[in-house]
Amino acid sequence: MAIFTVHVIIENKPGISDPEGDTILNDLVLKGTHKTVSNIKTAKMLKFTIKEKDKKTAKSKVQEICDELRIYNPMVSKVTIDIFDS
Amino acid sequence: MKVGVVVFPGSNCDRDMYHVLTDVFNLDAQYYWHETSLPKNIDAVILPGGFSYGDRLRAGVIAAHSPIIKDVQKMAEKGIPILGVCNGFQILVESGLLPGVLLKNESLNFMCEWTNLIVENNKTPFTNQFKLHEKIPIPIANGEGRYYVDNDTLKKLKRKNQIVFRYSQVVNGSSHRIAGVCNEDGNVVGMMPHPERAVESEINPFDNNPSSLIFESLLVKMGVKN
Repeated sequence: MAIFTVHVIIENKPGISDPEGDTILNDLVLKGTHKTVSNIKTAKMLKFTIKEKDKKTAKSKVQEICDELRIYNPMVSKVTIDIFDS
Repeated sequence: MKVGVVVFPGSNCDRDMYHVLTDVFNLDAQYYWHETSLPKNIDAVILPGGFSYGDRLRAGVIAAHSPIIKDVQKMAEKGIPILGVCNGFQILVESGLLPGVLLKNESLNFMCEWTNLIVENNKTPFTNQFKLHEKIPIPIANGEGRYYVDNDTLKKLKRKNQIVFRYSQVVNGSSHRIAGVCNEDGNVVGMMPHPERAVESEINPFDNNPSSLIFESLLVKMGVKN
């Protein structure tokens, strides 16, 4: 068994408005001198620490937790799961 | 007639709801902590507003896993009237009892103001005393109140008459200006505005009768009143 760190990033699916991201883009970034930025999306990240036999098992376990407990709402959000050695 | 008011850690409209049920409508209401079960002889269940679990992760999602929700689901299947107000609506959505999802308001503000609802379905246990398209002056108080459904689900809601209340004008960016919906059977209703804050003339500067009809509808449904 080994300990892994798993990052779960929850963000809106394409087409679901993200007013916070829009505000950061339009009212902060584009009001300065950073005119090359075209899009900003906000997301929420959860960092799991998990003990499993290997990376693959750890990742699928976290995916299972996210689906089963509705850590993200599949109607409007998607998750990206990244795994690291702890 | 026995009405259960479910209390979660962070509920804060439970006592307002209890007061209205008992002192205004003379009902036998009782609080049920979210870790307990609901008795089999209960006639209606209300999930009040508040900030269960401090809205952590997403409004309503943690409370949706509370033990009592299994009983609420069983009662929903049996056709018992269930009303979710504000955070109660969010919990019903997150537990899969109602379609859709509640997102942060378009303005990102916590909105606390009077709005007007239009009754779109007067067949539910909470709207049977309304005329269709009747107007209800009623307050909202939420940060995550923007009801969202995709186009296919919206079409289905319209087809199955599941849209119960719409705002009379754009309030927070909700799909189709939806403020409240019901399940396919119509016995489970969720709404973002707060009827319990609008039934008494002392605290309603407009007209307290329409909001009262939400509770009167329940009385009529249960045969307490004709």
